[in-house]
Amino acid sequence: MSVEQGFGTLYSDLPLEELVERARQILPKYIYDELEEKVIKNEKLTENSKRRIIREAIIKYITSLAQPGEPVGVVGAQSLGEPGTQMTLRTFHYAGIMEFDVTLGLPRLIEIVDARREPSTPIMKVYLDEKHKYSAEKARKIARKLEYTTIDKILDRDPEWMAGIPEMRLYLDKELMEDKGVTIEKVVEVLKKAKLGEVTIESEDPPVILIELSERVLPPSEADNPMAYIALSNKVKKLYLKGVKGIKRAVIQQHEREVNGKKVVEYMILTEGSNLAEVMKIKGVDYRRVRTNNIHEIAEVLGIEAARQALVDEIMDVLRDSNLDVDIRHIMLLADLMTFTGVVRQIGRLGVAGQKPSVLARAAFEVTAKQLFDAAVRGEEERLLGVTETIIAGQVPRVGTGIVLLTSPHSPPDRAQAKAETSNQEGEGEKMEVGKQ
Amino acid sequence: MVYIGEDREDYIIKSIVMRMLPPREINKMARVTITRPELYESDGSPVPGGPRDPHFGAIEPGEICPVCGNTREHCPGHFGRLELARPVIVPYYSDHIYYMLQATCRVCGRLLLPQEKIDRYKIILKKLKKRWPLLAEAFLKEVRKEAAATMECPHCKSRQFKIRYIRPILFYEERPEGETRLTPIDIRERLEAIRDDELELLGMDPEKNRPEWAVISTLPVPPLAVRPPITLETGLKSEDDLTHALVEIIRQNKRLSNLIESSAPETMIEDAWLALQFVIAAYIDNELPNIYPLTHKSQRMMKTLAQRLKGKEGRLRGNLSGKRVNFSSRTVISPDPNIGINEVGVPVEVAKVLTFPMRVTPYNIEEARRYVLNGPYKWPGATFVYKKRTGKQIDLRFQRNYKQLAESLEVGDIVERHMIDGDVVLFNRQPSLHRMSILAHKVRVMPYKTFRLNPLVCPPYNADFDGDEMNLHLMRSQEARAEAEELLLVEKHIRTPRYGGPIIGGRQDYVSGAYLLTVKNRLLTEKEVIDLLGAAGYKGELPEPAILAPRKLWTGKQIVSLFLPDDFNYTGRAKINSGPLACDSIDCLHDSYIAINRGKLLIGVFDKAAIGAEVPENVLHKIALEYGDAKARELLDTMYKMFIRMLDLRGLTISLSDIDIPREAREEIQKLIREAKTEIEKLISDYRAGRLEPIPGRTLEETLEQKIIGRLNSLFSEAGKTATKYMDPFNDVFVMAKTGARGSEVNITQMVALLGQQVVRGKRVSRGFRTRTLAHFKPGDLSPEAKGFVKGNFRYGLRPTEVFFHAAAGREGLVDTAVKTSQSGYMQRRLMNAEQDLYVAYDGTVRDSYGHLVQVRYGEDGADPMATYHGKAVNVDRLIEMYGEIRESTNHR
Repeated sequence: MSVEQGFGTLYSDLPLEELVERARQILPKYIYDELEEKVIKNEKLTENSKRRIIREAIIKYITSLAQPGEPVGVVGAQSLGEPGTQMTLRTFHYAGIMEFDVTLGLPRLIEIVDARREPSTPIMKVYLDEKHKYSAEKARKIARKLEYTTIDKILDRDPEWMAGIPEMRLYLDKELMEDKGVTIEKVVEVLKKAKLGEVTIESEDPPVILIELSERVLPPSEADNPMAYIALSNKVKKLYLKGVKGIKRAVIQQHEREVNGKKVVEYMILTEGSNLAEVMKIKGVDYRRVRTNNIHEIAEVLGIEAARQALVDEIMDVLRDSNLDVDIRHIMLLADLMTFTGVVRQIGRLGVAGQKPSVLARAAFEVTAKQLFDAAVRGEEERLLGVTETIIAGQVPRVGTGIVLLTSPHSPPDRAQAKAETSNQEGEGEKMEVGKQ
Repeated sequence: MVYIGEDREDYIIKSIVMRMLPPREINKMARVTITRPELYESDGSPVPGGPRDPHFGAIEPGEICPVCGNTREHCPGHFGRLELARPVIVPYYSDHIYYMLQATCRVCGRLLLPQEKIDRYKIILKKLKKRWPLLAEAFLKEVRKEAAATMECPHCKSRQFKIRYIRPILFYEERPEGETRLTPIDIRERLEAIRDDELELLGMDPEKNRPEWAVISTLPVPPLAVRPPITLETGLKSEDDLTHALVEIIRQNKRLSNLIESSAPETMIEDAWLALQFVIAAYIDNELPNIYPLTHKSQRMMKTLAQRLKGKEGRLRGNLSGKRVNFSSRTVISPDPNIGINEVGVPVEVAKVLTFPMRVTPYNIEEARRYVLNGPYKWPGATFVYKKRTGKQIDLRFQRNYKQLAESLEVGDIVERHMIDGDVVLFNRQPSLHRMSILAHKVRVMPYKTFRLNPLVCPPYNADFDGDEMNLHLMRSQEARAEAEELLLVEKHIRTPRYGGPIIGGRQDYVSGAYLLTVKNRLLTEKEVIDLLGAAGYKGELPEPAILAPRKLWTGKQIVSLFLPDDFNYTGRAKINSGPLACDSIDCLHDSYIAINRGKLLIGVFDKAAIGAEVPENVLHKIALEYGDAKARELLDTMYKMFIRMLDLRGLTISLSDIDIPREAREEIQKLIREAKTEIEKLISDYRAGRLEPIPGRTLEETLEQKIIGRLNSLFSEAGKTATKYMDPFNDVFVMAKTGARGSEVNITQMVALLGQQVVRGKRVSRGFRTRTLAHFKPGDLSPEAKGFVKGNFRYGLRPTEVFFHAAAGREGLVDTAVKTSQSGYMQRRLMNAEQDLYVAYDGTVRDSYGHLVQVRYGEDGADPMATYHGKAVNVDRLIEMYGEIRESTNHR
């Protein structure tokens, strides 16, 4: 109804095809696509009502545009900061994942805007390709490949040794070995590669391995020193068996999905710890859909655009989990501000706020004195453009109605004209200044 | 008083250039040279050549400045200087000194890079500075690193040594014969040798600065106006901390020069020199590491230069970014549902203090005369008159003859008149977390001493009336007033930009009232209808009654429909649409699916989902979007008043009987509790016997805990369902929870059934004694009761142990909120600082004030979230609902 106000008869007598063309030009693609699907191709609607709907859509879109000067940054900061007061402080939360804890709520949000190198709880969601995602067995196989496994993960107890006898016995846990998918042969192979000495399997069940330590790793002079054995035992325990570095644990998740009316069970893997580049290389992993919550890792492996998207997704996830409603545009703006220079910058003193071109803005934020001295050394010029600086100088900030720089004398038309003419002669016409933008 | 007007441009500062203070500047601006540490002579007069020398500027009333001849009102204050016996390093500059010493030759002063590299780097730097200032910074750092790593000068081939720097002022050189301290004199010599054309690559602007200025031999002494002494009531003078610090510096300087003059041993001189450096460092920043801070006799730290600037109450954040204002007021708020949402009630006392400078014109001269005639004490009056002709200001408090003054008013005079009805004010409640925390209201002057606020406007301010206070600012110019009215008026902020929904709307009683008015069985007599419509200020005919005989009766839906726009269509679920009352189409027997056709509410009740605040895409929101904010405001000022009146007619109250349920219901709940208990006992015995299967990735203990918590939670919701099943549907507690007015199913369950599991740190209560929570339980008891499960309810009371657990969980909640507010407050400050300069430019891009392009199109589609349907710029489904006509039935409308 009143949506039309101010638009008069704009487009009101265009034929349908032409209106559609206008809509295609004016509307963003996602809106146009929806319109096309639901209206233009809808056979049930009368042509007249189609025309009306399309025209209203165009008008509605134009009226919903952000106005020039709109301080979208401030509004964005408020829209994210205000609900922060309503967020949970609980660090650990079971986000539908029973297996391990994930940082959520305010602490996670702060972590994201701080652009920390490592999230406090790194997590990956590993989706599988067509061949592997329907079978729990295949999924488990991949999960085993992912888990970073060292020898101590499959030990039943600490290695046994006795000072003076250059031998060490490893007692393995059969169940753990099966769970991790490690065979005794694999362990022997790894131990042999480590070149500690002769390696023999003493018993298959229970699995016990005997290492006869060579003189190279245990010189005779040290043979009576218990400390040497402890050092060796620690070395053995840390030996790498398999898996991806950084992945502490991998758990399989089951999802039910409906495809063409049929229920399909799909499997995916959740990991504690993150290593995007390596996991993407694993066969059977759908590398296009692998996700991690480590923003910096995404920026390094996939590039800054992906990092921007990851920022948006991560923040939206946190907000959704806390049941808070924030428009995605605010989040996108924040993500763009953090990434538009090509690297992920944090929001605070070491990033966006600390890299502003204005000395006063930086000094008013944090580390005041240092900012002023450093600016003096560099010989910086404070141009008083941003919000903080203009307020400090007692001027009007150049956002909102402040972006208007064109002024005209306030007097009745005839007098204004006369005045303008005289002042032009005096060369004072510059008082009418046109804004730079 | 000066009224800022036409010549504003003349006062605009274009830019401020920062540089180091050159020694000749220090000497040039100095009007006095300080030689003595004493402040006053025995007769109380200031010591010439002391820190209180009159040449620092006039500060006493009536004092004439010996330098400029002005009194203290007009004397700007003058600098002095102190000749230091030996030069001193300025802290903070010392970081840069360190970089320069590292990167330049200790003999010839050249940059430690081969000539061709220097030339190349200069070109690169110039280009980078132009396009990528941030990269230029990083580049300089690399250049510095490279130069510092060079251990032989490429120019004079002399060997370089490592420099060790101890913050803030100590430098050592690691020479082969041993570590030697570099004195400020050594350092200055080296800095002097650095060539101007290489300064650029060292991060210093050669046109403005010379590196040796970082070592000073003359200390500028600030004017008295910067460090004014205050006179205590006792008549004693108390000096500013800066003056005390200066006295300390002068003493130390004197000691050093005496030692030098008496040719004392070099070690003594060195010690005194070092001491002078430390005092000057402390004078600049008393919180530097590795220095001895200056203190008063009471050990209190002195506030020196850096301390004045730093932090929340410092100069920058406390006085420059945020300023104190006049023409503001603060008092307690109280509700007044009878005023409009755009209005605010202001006490007469306040209205008589806050004044508006009204320019007298031929059109308002009579009005202006009336104000002057009333004088300053009678509302609506005036406090001052500024005569245009004489330029004099007349204070009405000291005038006898108001009549004569009123008659003398002329066009062009300014009358400082009282605040009157219709004036525009800004109204604010802290914490100001979003832009809706400051809105413009129109004044209504009222008796009594509180600000009156329409309760519908509580949500944007997050206000209630339990003692909240709010601030009010009067707009003092027509321009400001117009801008506030256009942009900040309450009705322009019914919709929030946070998520594209209404933030103003019904809460609490409005919701219950709307429900009780529109509920199916509400039939109103003519008298009641007139009463309701009267409350809403409805003007027009009564509709045809729904029932004509035996007497005329109207439905609540009919009455509500009178206010809806004639062509308004709407369908959607009501809040009560859940559980047993769920429906998903208009064919709804529970009256829980709302349908409005052409402005007539046909089916469904109005509750939070229709008229509530913070419910996107509800009736109120769609009206605001499609019929304009003014229409939405009209609805809030009329229809919503009826909801409140409905409660006046029917009454809304709760009592103990509302949370009482029949014996058999209580027994049913007890049975549920017993069942859950036996199941949990089974779990615990399974666990003890080792029969429990762990959840993958979890320990046995965690598995048990999760299973117990899961079972107790399901018990809680079962008990809640049982309880509500037995409640009277028109029980007021139940009505409020169901319609979303106040309270929830959880609250009801806790009142009538049980409180449920108390949670501390996300787990069952587990701490206290070594293996148990309280001495009332056996060690190692894992049962629900021993770990914070509360079977009791608020109706029948809690056991002592239950009270304890409940209090523990309650305390955690309080601590949590306290911690959270500080954390989220800091996050918001940082976000604000980072994002504040971003705005939408005329071309639809998002830029910051410095011209950086951040987004090519705001939010990818350019839409303002505030103008959207919960994020959707164009709601195609809604457009089809509004304008879609089905082909076959072209004639049905």
